[in-house]
Amino acid sequence: MSIKDKVIAIIAEQAVLEPSDVTMDSTLESLGIDSLGLVESIFAIEEAFDITVPFNANEPDQSDFDISSVASIVAGIEKLVTEQAA
Amino acid sequence: MRRVVITGAGTVNALGQNVPDTLEAMREGRCGITDLEFPDVERLSIRIGGQIKNFDENERFNRQQLALYDRFTQFTLIAAREAIAQSGLEFTDELSARAGVVLGNSGGGMTTLDENYRSVYEEGKNRVHPFVVPKLMNNAAASHVSMEFNLRGPSFTVSSACASSNHAMSQAFQMIHGGFCRAMITGGSESMLCFGGVKAWEGLRVMSKDACRPFSANRNGMVQGEGAGVFVFEEYEHARKRGATILAEVVGFAMTSDASDIVMPSKMGAARTIAGALNDAKITPDQVGYINAHGTGTAANDKTECAAVSDVFGHHADKVMISSTKAMHGHLIGGTGAVELLACIMALRDGVIAPTIGYEEFDPECALDVVPNEAREARIDYALSNAFAFGGLNSVLALKRF
Repeated sequence: MSIKDKVIAIIAEQAVLEPSDVTMDSTLESLGIDSLGLVESIFAIEEAFDITVPFNANEPDQSDFDISSVASIVAGIEKLVTEQAA
Repeated sequence: MRRVVITGAGTVNALGQNVPDTLEAMREGRCGITDLEFPDVERLSIRIGGQIKNFDENERFNRQQLALYDRFTQFTLIAAREAIAQSGLEFTDELSARAGVVLGNSGGGMTTLDENYRSVYEEGKNRVHPFVVPKLMNNAAASHVSMEFNLRGPSFTVSSACASSNHAMSQAFQMIHGGFCRAMITGGSESMLCFGGVKAWEGLRVMSKDACRPFSANRNGMVQGEGAGVFVFEEYEHARKRGATILAEVVGFAMTSDASDIVMPSKMGAARTIAGALNDAKITPDQVGYINAHGTGTAANDKTECAAVSDVFGHHADKVMISSTKAMHGHLIGGTGAVELLACIMALRDGVIAPTIGYEEFDPECALDVVPNEAREARIDYALSNAFAFGGLNSVLALKRF
């Protein structure tokens, strides 16, 4: 399973949707994921890829990790996974 | 209904190990938040807190006591000794039966839990000390206070996360107000600064790695503290007849629940509680000179709290001073309202308003007089103390200058 598919599966589970309902331009808000759901999704992603995501719920816009869309989250995870492998 | 006054105060927290030292630190706007020191701290991403340093438990308690006293109980007993000594009360005969202990606490003996889990899970030991349970139970502190001072009336622990102490003090107030008790030992304590305690909070992603900056636009989360605040609440006539020194009068309280979200605060819930406390105290917003804010330094709390104060106070919102002392002593969770009540007493009795330190940048969503960085002198008549807990449980107390 690619990083993209795995991230989509995690987000879909959190949103109680089918992975096919989650598109790259979906936002967490459009999927109905609230702040607690976001923190839980990040935890699930960290566990799945064994990485640490730099995210503080107090300043979501300012953290290095962009959560504005599914695409940006996937890109962020791909970067972190590559960095960790390096 | 009986009037209720405060005739004793005690504390141990990151700013000081008694009331005078704590108030001096608040006046000077000192920060008690430092690098955490305990085993495995290097495995945490959050490594600061309002930890009590230079505290040698062996100097304060003997070996038999320490076998039974978790850190939160130690802090409580030290604060209770100071408060009761100041009040001058001796609990014998009828007074003993009409006096109790209601304390706030959230985590119980977290250090005891942490150490014993470590020994059975990590070190693989199959035996723990026989007193683990009586040491970690949330009511241990209240029970030891009752035993040390012969308090034989109603005693129990209130647990409502960050509002625990305010709920406890509201309960103690009611017991005297309604004529059920003559004196109550009340307040609260917390000690979660151990690896497991901070690790759990880290998971929620609301903690700051560098500082607690309530109401400042660049705030980035809460910082935990530890310690205790304990007060003697006494029926006014009882205190007057024996010529006790009265620190302040407790004139009202309110408790509400948001009934909406397990972590997100509600403006409506906070506003209902603030308005309820004013109503209970039979005062209007323009009579209030100071509010000790819940002011956790999270994005969500501070803007919600300011909006709630603005709603209730209307025009007077621009005049009332509101500060969060958490930037100095950290967030004591179940003990926080108790330590913060000291700032209200200082405002009423000494005319000194504790500042919100760490304030760096104006936030239009927190556009109130937050007494930034430096204490201020002001003569005020009434003060409020806010506490809004996870779980949507709120409690606000109203105090009057005596």
